[in-house]
Formats: sequence, C-alpha cells, structure tokens
Amino acid sequence: MLQDTSSPAVSSAAISVEKLNVYYGSNLAVRDVYLDIPRNQIAAFIGPSGCGKSTVLRCFNRMNDLIASARVEGTIRFEGMDIYPSGEAAKNFDPVELRRRIGMVFQKPNPFPKSIYENIAWGARINGYRGDMDELVERSLRGAAIWDEVKDKLKESGLALSGGQQQRLCIARAIAIEPEVILMDEPCAALDPISTLKIEELMSQLKEKFTIVIVTHNMQQASRVSDRTAFYNAEATDAGGKVGYLVEYDDTEVIFGNPKEEYTRDYVSGRFG
Amino acid sequence: MTFESITDAQAEANLVTAEAKFQPNLAGRYRLDAIFKAATIAATTIAIAVLAWLMFDVLLSGVGSLDWSFLTSFPSRRPEQAGILSALVGTGWVMFLVAVFSFPIGVGSGLFLEEFSDDNWFARFIEINISNLAGVPSIIYGLLGLTAFVIILGDWTGGRSILTGALTLTLLILPIIIVATREALRAVPDSIRQAGYALGANSWQVIWSHTLPTAFPGILTGVILALSRAIGETAPLITIGALTFIPFLPEGPLDPFTVLPIQIYNWVSRPQKDFHDLAASGIIVLLVVLLVMNSFAIFLRSRFQKAR
Repeated sequence: MLQDTSSPAVSSAAISVEKLNVYYGSNLAVRDVYLDIPRNQIAAFIGPSGCGKSTVLRCFNRMNDLIASARVEGTIRFEGMDIYPSGEAAKNFDPVELRRRIGMVFQKPNPFPKSIYENIAWGARINGYRGDMDELVERSLRGAAIWDEVKDKLKESGLALSGGQQQRLCIARAIAIEPEVILMDEPCAALDPISTLKIEELMSQLKEKFTIVIVTHNMQQASRVSDRTAFYNAEATDAGGKVGYLVEYDDTEVIFGNPKEEYTRDYVSGRFG
Repeated sequence: MTFESITDAQAEANLVTAEAKFQPNLAGRYRLDAIFKAATIAATTIAIAVLAWLMFDVLLSGVGSLDWSFLTSFPSRRPEQAGILSALVGTGWVMFLVAVFSFPIGVGSGLFLEEFSDDNWFARFIEINISNLAGVPSIIYGLLGLTAFVIILGDWTGGRSILTGALTLTLLILPIIIVATREALRAVPDSIRQAGYALGANSWQVIWSHTLPTAFPGILTGVILALSRAIGETAPLITIGALTFIPFLPEGPLDPFTVLPIQIYNWVSRPQKDFHDLAASGIIVLLVVLLVMNSFAIFLRSRFQKAR
C-alpha cells in the first residue's frame, strides 16, 4: 500500500525518500513516505487537505526548519546526499546551500516589494553570482516566459504586475539561481485559468532543465502536466487527530487510468475529496 | 389554473412567515447609525476645539515677545532681554544624542526579540516587562538616571550633563521604540521571509534586504513618536538636576544644560506676567521644533516607501 510501485533505477532519482515521518510538536503529521522523484520529470502530489503533501514538499528544501516545532525522521537523499543527517554531520549540514540547489515557488505569488530587476538579481547576488547580472536577469525572465511583458519596465515594482505575472516572476526568480529541482506548492491556486495555462505550459518547458515537484489540488492539472503522481490521503488517529500517508505513487497515466488502490480510484474519479 | 392559485397561496404563506420571522426595523437601525455618527463627530469636535483654543491662547500671548532676539538671547532676570537660545541649543544636543543612542539599541532589541530569539518563557517574560516599562511614569526614569548616571557613573558622564540627560531620556523611550519595532516587524508578511529563505539566504540577508526595509516606515513612525515624547519631557531632567539658568552655550556633551520644557516651566512658575508671555513664546518654539522633526520623519518615510 505504501511502496513505490514502479521502482525506477536509483541513479535516475533526483530526490529519494525513505520512511519519512514528520511531526509538528508531538503530533505525527505524515508517516511512512517512500518515493523517488526522477530527474527531469514532473512529479505531482495530490490528495485531500491535511494529507501532508505540502509538508513532504517542504522537507525537500528544509523549509520546515523555519517552523520551530517541526521534526523530521527518516531519510531524504538529494542526488545521493542525505539532507537530514544525524549526529555530527547534522551540525555541518547547511540548509542554506541546499536551498540554492532546490528552489521553491509558493502558493501565493510573493515577489519582493522591489523592482522586477532586483527580484531576480537579489538571489543571485546573495549566492555570490559573478557573471553578467543584466544577462542573467534577461535569461531568467525569458526562461519564465515573462520577458516580453516586463522588458520595458524592469525598474518598476514587482508588486505592480498581475497575479499570473507575479507568479511567473517568482518562477524566474527561482530559476535565476540555477537550481536543480524546483518545488511548487500549489503555484496556480491563486490564479485564473488563463494564467494557470501559461504556468502549465512553462512547466513542461522547464522540465528539460529542471526536476519539478508540484503540489496541486487540481487533479486535471496533475494529469495534464505531470509524469508521475503521488496520491496522499489522511486517516484519523486514535488521539483524534489526522495523519497523512502516501497511498500510491506511479506513472500519472496509471494513477488516473488504472490505479491499484480503491482510495485512489475514488479520489481521482471525484467520488470523495 | 388550480396550479397557479396553489403557488400564489404558497408564496403568500411564505411571505407571511418571513415577515413574522424577520423584523428588519430599518428606521430604528438607521437612527442608531445617525446617533453614533453624531457622537463620533462630537468627540472629534471637542478634541480639535480644545487643541485649537490652546494653540490660539499660546499664539496670542506668545507671539508678541517672539522675535529674533528671543531666539538668540540667553535667559535673563529682565523679561525684555530674556531669550531661549541656551534651551534651544540644549534641546538640540539632547535630542541628537537620544536619537543616536535609542535608534540602534531600540531597533536592535526589537529585531532580536522578533526575528532571532526563540519563543520561550524567557522571551515572553522580557516582552511583558518591556510593555510594562513603556507605561512607567517618567519621573521614575529620572530617579534611575540620577542614581545610575549622576551618582554611580558621574565620573564618565560629567554628572548633570547633556550626556546624562540624553541617556536618561533614552531609557525612557527605549521600550516605546522596541514595542513599535516589534509591531512593525510583525506586520511584515511571512511570505516575504519565506521567499528569501527559499532562495538560499540566511537570516541576516533576509532581514537586511527584505524584512527591515519593509518594516522601516513603521519603525520610523515609532521612533519619531518616541522622540516627540522625549522632547517634551521635563520631570526626569529636573530630577537628574538639569539647570534652569544657563547663560552660556554647551560646548560638548559633558557640559551642563537646560532644555525647552524646563525653561518654559521656569518662566511659568514666575509671578510676573511678562515671563508668562515668554513661556508662551517658548511653547511656540517647542511646537515648531516638534513639527519640523515630524515633517522630516514623514519626508523620510514617504521617500522610503517610494523607493520600493
């Protein structure tokens, strides 16, 4: 019920997760997650609210570190490197370096209250970028399919853009520091259908260079854009809380066409959730 | 036909029950609206009228003796020769030093408490105490300043000096600045911090580039409100022994001094009416200094907001 059913070769996995448990305080939020995210593909996490899909996503770049009560057990390997090492290695491990290699796009577009140019340049600058900044800004904005819309107003505030443009600006900001993986936490939840479509088209271009993990509530979106889909569910615990777990993880066609689990079939066919 | 009559009857029945269940009483609700609107207008009018009367009274009695020689003369026993120069310069010195001390210490403490410290019992203990300190009467700070800066540290502060006065007023307004800084930092959306961390920034990079600039207008407002409070304080400075008669200009932070409110207080407490008019002139000068300070802050703030 929990296993990664297709078991791709380890070498093709950008991120591999083994027996992941995440706690908030003493509450177990997600349990026993095993999965491999293949390189240069799009993996989608779907499931009802509170099933822990965002929690798992936020482990990949250790954003859960910002929540004081969060605690992670198990192993997550990024390109073979244990990102939750224990003991002496834990002190030497630096999540700041990890986050340059694993970028993130958030649910609500959150450009910095600075100029469009500065939104892109800042991340590169703090990471010690030594190249031509103008060129990097243009390349990143082109990469996020927003260059033509903003090239004449790079000095204007990023907040002056529309919601969809802001989100593409955030994607441009993420790819400017040349990460290997981009995590997207419901990137289209606050956008209209046309902006959503643009972001989805962008994602299929981006996967040539990047590995993408996307959390989405929109099942059509998962089936449209992703190569592999993980379905999470939540079950009630004895203590009266909820704990999330991975129900099934497989190629997207299998999850939406012929899933092995009854729960998955019910969820993707809209019978619950 | 029957069908229609049935639906009509039902609609009528619905209407009747709806009327019985809901009694909108629009007239009564609008009356309440009007009453509260009138009450708030009355409150505003009272506040503004009292203030306007005060200003008018001060202007009326003060404007006569307000001339260039008032600003450039030292205090004197003869009202026609008395001026406010030493108090004006003293206030300038003290406020400059208060700003220099209180801004970095207050904003720094606020930053630590809000951005760096864990949310444990110790942080909460400090938080409660700082909020309480903001409400402590200013004369208590005067006593503290007297003990700490005049008696214990007198060798370094020069006793009843500008430095002592500035340090005492700094203590007085630090809690206000800390609380204002924390409020301003708390108002910065977490999404901005997360965006910074997700790009591989560490705490200081996020704070310096994003959190602090976003919160800065709010912090500046708090600092200026605090300085405005400090500029009008008399009690703590009298307690530490700031002199009222200074017929010379202080040359450094270790010299004795007086400030505008002390000079005003001194003139008001004299029996002659001429001195009362001088006090009114002093109040006008104090108000102008305050207004200049506040407009400078508003200017800085709007510049900062535009820059983003």
